[in-house]
Amino acid sequence: MSALDLFSMLFGLMLATFVGFYVIQNVSRLLHTPLMSLTNAISAIAIVGSLIIAGEQKSTFSTVLGAIAVFASVTNIVSGFLITDRMLKMFKEKRRS
Amino acid sequence: MSELVTQLSYLVAATLFIFSLRWLNRPKTARQGVFAGVGGMAAAVFGTVLHPEIVNFTWIVIAVIAGTAVGIPLSRVPLTAVPQRTAISHAFGGLAAGLVGTAKYAIWLEDGELTAFRTGAIVVEVILGFLTFTGSLMAAGKLQEVIPTRPITYRGQNAVNLALLAVALLAGVGLIWDPTQWQLFPLIVGLSLLFGVLLIIPIGGADMPTVISLLNSYAGLSAVAMGFVLENQLLIVAGALDGSSGLILSIIMCRAMNRSFTNVLFGAFGQVQVQAAAGEAKPVKSATPHDAADYLMNAQRVVFVPGYGMAVAQAQHRVREIYDELTKRGVNVKFAIHPVAGRMPGHMNVLLAEAEIPYDALVEMDEINPELPQTDVCVVVGANDVVNPAARTDKSSPIYGMPIIDADKARVVLANKRSMNPGFAGIENALYSADNTLMVFGDAKAVLGDIAAALRAEGEGQAAA
Repeated sequence: MSALDLFSMLFGLMLATFVGFYVIQNVSRLLHTPLMSLTNAISAIAIVGSLIIAGEQKSTFSTVLGAIAVFASVTNIVSGFLITDRMLKMFKEKRRS
Repeated sequence: MSELVTQLSYLVAATLFIFSLRWLNRPKTARQGVFAGVGGMAAAVFGTVLHPEIVNFTWIVIAVIAGTAVGIPLSRVPLTAVPQRTAISHAFGGLAAGLVGTAKYAIWLEDGELTAFRTGAIVVEVILGFLTFTGSLMAAGKLQEVIPTRPITYRGQNAVNLALLAVALLAGVGLIWDPTQWQLFPLIVGLSLLFGVLLIIPIGGADMPTVISLLNSYAGLSAVAMGFVLENQLLIVAGALDGSSGLILSIIMCRAMNRSFTNVLFGAFGQVQVQAAAGEAKPVKSATPHDAADYLMNAQRVVFVPGYGMAVAQAQHRVREIYDELTKRGVNVKFAIHPVAGRMPGHMNVLLAEAEIPYDALVEMDEINPELPQTDVCVVVGANDVVNPAARTDKSSPIYGMPIIDADKARVVLANKRSMNPGFAGIENALYSADNTLMVFGDAKAVLGDIAAALRAEGEGQAAA
């Protein structure tokens, strides 16, 4: 890996952290629980790494670890998005009478 | 060509993730945010399965089916159990990062491709991943109350913990120095797993909202570290979004309790309070649910202060009935939400939304406090420390300086409690013996049900007359 690659990754990290801070600070406090379950699901992006390890079959050891990692990530993706949506559906405005 | 498509779909995924969080800024667009998140995840998975390195899908398919089978029931837990589910989810996130790091180390060790940079990134990923894994499992156990929620402390605890972490880091440095010293690797894994457990056992139940947020941040950071290992920008971006979200929530939680990070992690909150519990019992005035209903009926402005106790007693639906009866009579009813009400950030809002209380009636602490002096009746249900005036006045109180909801400034305070036993924290609450406070003793669900019934009966009586 060249120094350029490292710095482009550090740039990505720096910019994403700032975007994260600004976007999250604007999230309504009403929705902090759904926010956490949504970011749970998003951080299951670890599936990207897990899939390759489980699928490239370098050794039994790495394949088993990869498969467990895929399992853990899929669990987070499925339960994270579903429960976020379930909670958000409950937030209703005042009924007009 | 396929590499181009992969990178393009990663770019789309990162963009959709940012929109996903952006749309959570208000309830109206929030569900769009979920769809954007799902879209982003789909794009990321699509881009990944195009990788030519993936030669066999058997294990992947099995893992995906198993993950879905576990994920669906986990998404249907009762809302009081959402904090536990969240903690388990952090644990899985940490586990995935730790396992991928371990597998990558084994593969690169075999192929002789371990550079100092790769090894360093793997060490960070593995330490963060595995400590998040066991730490979150401990947090989930405390929230589910299978592990004692009181802080478990012993002499020299902080020194032991820091020493463990230091040894793990030193082993990590040794491994970077010479990546082929593979014996150090299981040592790092073991110490990280142990450190996660020891980090959480001294933390008490009241600090769980902060701890969950902090673990959320760690789970995100372990994904960032994985991004550096795999040289993948998407992992770095998504992990950073998660990491900054957890950090912001932890800061909000700490401010809401007037405590610092170090104090939460190393302070062992529970110990201080034992001495404070001893104080002579002051006389209190009590009222029946009927009296309470009378006060509410004759009020113009009512503020409820709900705490986790309300959810434990499953009383939120009774609260809704009272809300309905009062709004029907033209009474202005609001709910004052303290940031640490509940067991995780925003928990109380979700519990009240489930009881079909419209979200425009849910008001944050800072916005409701100026209104409390003009409030006729303030109803405290299952909340204790967050309405304790000692936080404003008593310098010797362990919660001194914590921002509170000024319930005591309302004209009349109706406080529901089972009995006068000091609560979980064991801190004397002067609100209960104040001149304008009436205690309504009993189980929250029963008492609030009686109040709702009294209001209904009165309403029917008027209709008949």
